Amino acid sequence: MHYNLTDQYRHQTSFLHGLDPRVKVITAVGYILAVSLTPEGAWWAFAFFFLVLCLAVYLSQLGIFFTIRRSFIALPFILAALSVPLITPGPVIWRIPGLNWAVSEPGLIRFLSILLRSWLAVQAAILLTAVTRFPNILWALESLKFPRVLVSTIGFMYRYLFVVADEVTQMVRARASRSARISGAPRRSVLWQGKVAGAMVGSLFLRALERSERVYAAMLSRGYDGCIRSLTRFQMRQRDWISLGLAGLLLIVPLGLGWMV
Amino acid sequence: MWLSPVKLHIPDGFLSTPVAIVGWVFALVFIAVAIRQTRDQLGDRQVPLMGILAAFIFAAQAINFPIAAGTSGHLLGGALAAILLGPWAATLIMTAVIAMQGLLFQDGGLLVMGWNILNMGVITAFVGIATYSFIRRLTGEGRRSHLAAAFTGAWLSVEVAALATALQLAVSGTSPIELGLPAMAGVHALIGIGEGVITVGALILLETTSSGVLREGESAPGRRGANVIAAGLLLALLVALFSPLASSHPDGLEFVAEQKGFLDLAVDPSYEILPDYTVPIISDPVLTTIVAVVLGTLLVFVVAWFVGRNTTRSEAAGD
Repeated sequence: MHYNLTDQYRHQTSFLHGLDPRVKVITAVGYILAVSLTPEGAWWAFAFFFLVLCLAVYLSQLGIFFTIRRSFIALPFILAALSVPLITPGPVIWRIPGLNWAVSEPGLIRFLSILLRSWLAVQAAILLTAVTRFPNILWALESLKFPRVLVSTIGFMYRYLFVVADEVTQMVRARASRSARISGAPRRSVLWQGKVAGAMVGSLFLRALERSERVYAAMLSRGYDGCIRSLTRFQMRQRDWISLGLAGLLLIVPLGLGWMV
Repeated sequence: MWLSPVKLHIPDGFLSTPVAIVGWVFALVFIAVAIRQTRDQLGDRQVPLMGILAAFIFAAQAINFPIAAGTSGHLLGGALAAILLGPWAATLIMTAVIAMQGLLFQDGGLLVMGWNILNMGVITAFVGIATYSFIRRLTGEGRRSHLAAAFTGAWLSVEVAALATALQLAVSGTSPIELGLPAMAGVHALIGIGEGVITVGALILLETTSSGVLREGESAPGRRGANVIAAGLLLALLVALFSPLASSHPDGLEFVAEQKGFLDLAVDPSYEILPDYTVPIISDPVLTTIVAVVLGTLLVFVVAWFVGRNTTRSEAAGD
């Protein structure tokens, strides 16, 4: 898995960017929960949730295709669910030509529902990180009573993520630039190459450990007392409350109807 | 990315909601204990050390080496972190890594993150360290045995994490256990070799440059209790696997059986070992499944806890 290590936050001055991060985190998680709870085959409920997402993307001013373009990240995992149409019992609607495997109707409905849920959920998560600065997401999680130490640790990790990732990029480049092979010479064994990769990991560990000592000493010398204080403060304003209420309504109504119909 | 299709970061939508929530409950318990254990040992240094080492694991996962035919070996890191720093510190570090991958890069879902943390953080850490120390105890203190133990621990950690993932997908009705389990086990038996080789390579380097790091790790928190917890996790997994409820669509098999060709792909259903076993009262198959899994897990943990306490007592009495 290769990550795009540029900042995932896309700056804009939209309505969505200006909301309290807590509202955005609650709404995104609520959206994923609602999509996850939507019964299989409730197509119009899924369609409604898609429209809700489109509305949010529109409000973010990031361009209407912003989330769709990045939404195929979870695609490889579909392999795990590929057998669902073949193993769910029910009336056969199609046979795979050549193999003569039967595809059942409930199986296909279940498969498409899994796909839709995953596709909508990942877009909600993409939008959340695009319109909220990562430290503000962490601040929201902390004020929503997530374990403080864990949130601080993730925040610390975020701060040094790009530094350490840079080190790795350099190491990998250095390895690549020294890995020319004389044509005709035997290829080095897989085990040897694995050992080299392992040594890179080991030396990266030592560097990280040393860095953490230096950072800790620097923090102590600046008065660190074991508690990380953040300057980030948000107050829930009227429009935050209204947005939260509206978002809740937009999620609960289709979900309720989806179960009733 | 396409070359390792059966990766372990479960996206949202692939687990049913009750399964996902049960995962979060378990994950939060482990996170809470991990935070307390590392705070006792590290004090003020807890946040900077854990944070930077989490960045290390995240970055180290990008280091790979070619194995064969386009596949590459790379690191998950839970077992290595547990061997170097103890299982609780590893749990905390891996939790931060998985949270970052899910929150910032959308690799792995948010609602299902509890299971991602349990699979790739808790299970890899505890299975890794328990296997490592168990083999070391069996084989003695030599350098070779140390590396063999690390390799086995790293390999098994990935394998068990993959089995657990297959099980969660099966319980959610996303991937039948008869297909998912062998597929996951097979692919990750190979991926685990890469994990083992890199882990051993890292330990060799650390041994030759600074043995102090390794010795420091020996006193890491949770080393002694790790065996008990790992055994508990493994037993819980076995109970769940052999539970007839592991498949939420048992009647689906008869349907499969009617399919020519497809049947050959499916191995014998493991749950026929315990036929006609259901939890009465609750009739909904999904709910029964969750209840059975939770009950089985709790039962095993209680047993493991009693066993662990008695061994500790007898050790104390022996001193």
